Amino acid sequence: MRRYVIRRIIVSILILLLVALLIYTILRCIPSSYVENMARERATQPGSKSYAEWLAQLNAVYGLDSGIIEGFFRWLGAALRGDFGDSWYYNVPVAEKFTEVIWYSFVLAALGFILVLLIAVPLGVTAARHQYSWRDNVLTVLALIGISLPAFFFATLLKWLFAVKLQWLPLFGAVGRYYQQLSGWQQFWDLAAHFVLPVATLVIVSVGGLMRFTRVNMLEVLDSDYIRAARAKGLPESRVISRHAFRNTLLPLVTIAGASLPTLFAGALIIETLFQIPGIGWTAYQAMVAGDIPFSMFYLLFIAVLTLLGALLADICYALADPRVRVGGGEG
Amino acid sequence: MNDSDQRQPSAILRRAAPLAPSMLVCRRFIRNRLAIAGALIIAAMLLFSFAGGWISPYGEAEVFTEYVEQTKDIAMLSVKHELRFSEAEAGAFGAAQRAAFMAALRDQAAQFSAGGYDYFIEQPGEGVYLISGLSRLASYQRGMVKAESGFSADAGFSAAFSAAARQRLPVFNIDGEQYRLLYRQRVIYACRLQPLAVASYQHFEPLAAKAEGDFPLLLQAQLALAKLRDAGDSAVLYAEGAELRLVRDGAGAMIYDGQGQAYAALIPYSISALDGTRLGGEFKTAAYQAALRDQRSFSLAGVEYRLLREGDNWRIQSEQSIQVVRDYDAPSGEHWLGTDGQGMDILTRLMYGGRVSLSIGLAVVLLEALLGMLIGGLAGYFGRWADGLLMRIVDVFNCLPVLPLIIIIGALMDGMRVPPATRLLYLMLVLALLGWPPVARLVRGQILSLREQEFMLAAEAAGLSSRRRIFRHLLPNVAPQLIVVCTMGLGEVILTESVLSFLGLGVKFPFASWGNIINSVTNLYVMTNYWFVWMPAGLLILLTVLGFNFIGDGLRDAFDPRGRR
Repeated sequence: MRRYVIRRIIVSILILLLVALLIYTILRCIPSSYVENMARERATQPGSKSYAEWLAQLNAVYGLDSGIIEGFFRWLGAALRGDFGDSWYYNVPVAEKFTEVIWYSFVLAALGFILVLLIAVPLGVTAARHQYSWRDNVLTVLALIGISLPAFFFATLLKWLFAVKLQWLPLFGAVGRYYQQLSGWQQFWDLAAHFVLPVATLVIVSVGGLMRFTRVNMLEVLDSDYIRAARAKGLPESRVISRHAFRNTLLPLVTIAGASLPTLFAGALIIETLFQIPGIGWTAYQAMVAGDIPFSMFYLLFIAVLTLLGALLADICYALADPRVRVGGGEG
Repeated sequence: MNDSDQRQPSAILRRAAPLAPSMLVCRRFIRNRLAIAGALIIAAMLLFSFAGGWISPYGEAEVFTEYVEQTKDIAMLSVKHELRFSEAEAGAFGAAQRAAFMAALRDQAAQFSAGGYDYFIEQPGEGVYLISGLSRLASYQRGMVKAESGFSADAGFSAAFSAAARQRLPVFNIDGEQYRLLYRQRVIYACRLQPLAVASYQHFEPLAAKAEGDFPLLLQAQLALAKLRDAGDSAVLYAEGAELRLVRDGAGAMIYDGQGQAYAALIPYSISALDGTRLGGEFKTAAYQAALRDQRSFSLAGVEYRLLREGDNWRIQSEQSIQVVRDYDAPSGEHWLGTDGQGMDILTRLMYGGRVSLSIGLAVVLLEALLGMLIGGLAGYFGRWADGLLMRIVDVFNCLPVLPLIIIIGALMDGMRVPPATRLLYLMLVLALLGWPPVARLVRGQILSLREQEFMLAAEAAGLSSRRRIFRHLLPNVAPQLIVVCTMGLGEVILTESVLSFLGLGVKFPFASWGNIINSVTNLYVMTNYWFVWMPAGLLILLTVLGFNFIGDGLRDAFDPRGRR
């Protein structure tokens, strides 16, 4: 087990290095005229350094004055020490901006994730128990609609309905205009009101996938011999479902939940941008659109790390939760 | 995959001819109501997008405009309450002289001097002052009369001049003309009054080109006007041998030439165009006439002008038709879904946008499938180190965050001003390059499991070539899963493209795409007030993606009916 995990970690780190190199190469392929434009633009800002100074600095930061491989290792060395450079767009160290905004994203994603679990799992189980009933059909159609919904369109629809037409909820932002003047509880409600629509969008858009996943797994379990055996024993249906079937369905669910943990930090780029929640997604979006290479580089790599971590956690969770995998030793 | 082989014997007995596997798939697909709904949706979308653009009477980027009648202020006419000066020649009566004149006027003096010269004021009528200087005609010194150049002094003149000079008279008259005497130390000059300027409340405004700078005419006109009392009275003037007629009208007068054309005007107004252009003589004539007669409107060259009096000012307005873009027109019979912010027909834009969105989806998915099949197939078929290497590449690509990377590339293309058509191509390539890993994984997994099955062993044992084994036996068995994944992938690509275009980083104007049509909601005002601009596009995206997902779902069930027991 331990050897398996260590091997997986080593492979993941190797892949991460390759990904970092690939991202670095892609960003390096940006023509140098772009950096020159950048320097020119920055030099025209009031109270700024001269064009030559900016160009030199940008080239140095970006490692443009060296070859790709050399530049990459220089960047990597600094990154390993936690130094990702200064954001061009925010004018603060990348790591500082990151720690400032990440918790908004986490709260949004965590709330969404909990709600998705609470909604998707029971509905998925229900759908599977009543396969091809009207309930199953309605849920299937709803799940597919949820999967097919463009988040930006749905978010706009919600904003239009609840913020513009009904005026029940704020249109955007994480806090209201007079947040600082509010008392403790009022501040909390203000924050909560601002998070209703983003969380709702996140949940509606992502609940369908997990629901279908639960349904398929539940169907598979319900089709297995031990369920047939349990029913043959004369156990009441509720007990068959709750004790025998659902527990076995939990296995892949735990795996997927474990795999989702890192992505809670990834930030919902579209939703945060639409609702102007100052999380990592919106922050990164603004930086990327503005051509802020240090921040973009950091964000891309951060997402890659989260993806790898998710896959790793999924494997480990699966191994931990399923004794069959553990005993079998598990082949990567 | 080969479940047709595992059918119950009784089913074979019941049907005389067993159905081919593909027919079975079709039959299962058709029985699935959701799948049929999806197929119908997609068929409708294809028809809407590809036939729609052809049927629609409007072009993809056709801008609709309309003419709007708008009241526009043309000119401002105002009454002048101060005296205005007209000089015989430029510089003859400058600022110093004018100031001295005003002082003399206040003191009711008939004479004043400025800059060492004497000036004489005459008032031929109310509000008109004729200012003259002395022009020297002859001099008298030591009993001798000498004529200045351009003047011939006859004997009578000389005698009268000498007599007056000896008696030191201020003036003398001879032949009905009055001469003034100017005493300078030892020399005495005989002078005649020479009009230098006219100060009046009526401004002389030349309306014909010939009247420009015609001081003698001005003088005649001012003098004539001073004598006319009632509106309609007229006097005859002469300019360069031609006979002109001055007609009094209200507070001023118009001067007409022999053909009755306006030649000049004497008016207490000033006029200026409000857009900084020069007003034509005809316009001025008409405006002056209207103002003098206190009319509310006048028409000129078929255009109706209105005069709006505000105290001492008249605002001259006219109705002008101005071409404006018909943006955000509400849905109507002409434009079923209204027009967007650029004044284009939304329905037509949606049709062309559908073409772009669906084409991008199809092209990207085809590319993804090709790349995925190639790499996944190589990895699965050859196994060992090839498999390890290719799968690590897949892992690396799988880790690349697609949306952020495309956003960066989109922003970069913005920065480099890539033309829209090239951009479309790049967008497809990038989407495909980042989207193939799942396909490759699927193909590899399928091939790995199929490779171990008996029919492959049989194919190998039968001595089939490796090419034939791959293309006739392996790939057809991968196809079902591949088709399912690609169908679902179509929806995903369309979704990604729409997100990008929505963010303004994907498909760019003049190309329409469903995403960039919704892009207009980033303007809060549009979102709030013009739902018809963004809602249809969003619904089309939703329906299309839903259609592909329905079909994919139905296909999966049809290919693999195990889940349907």
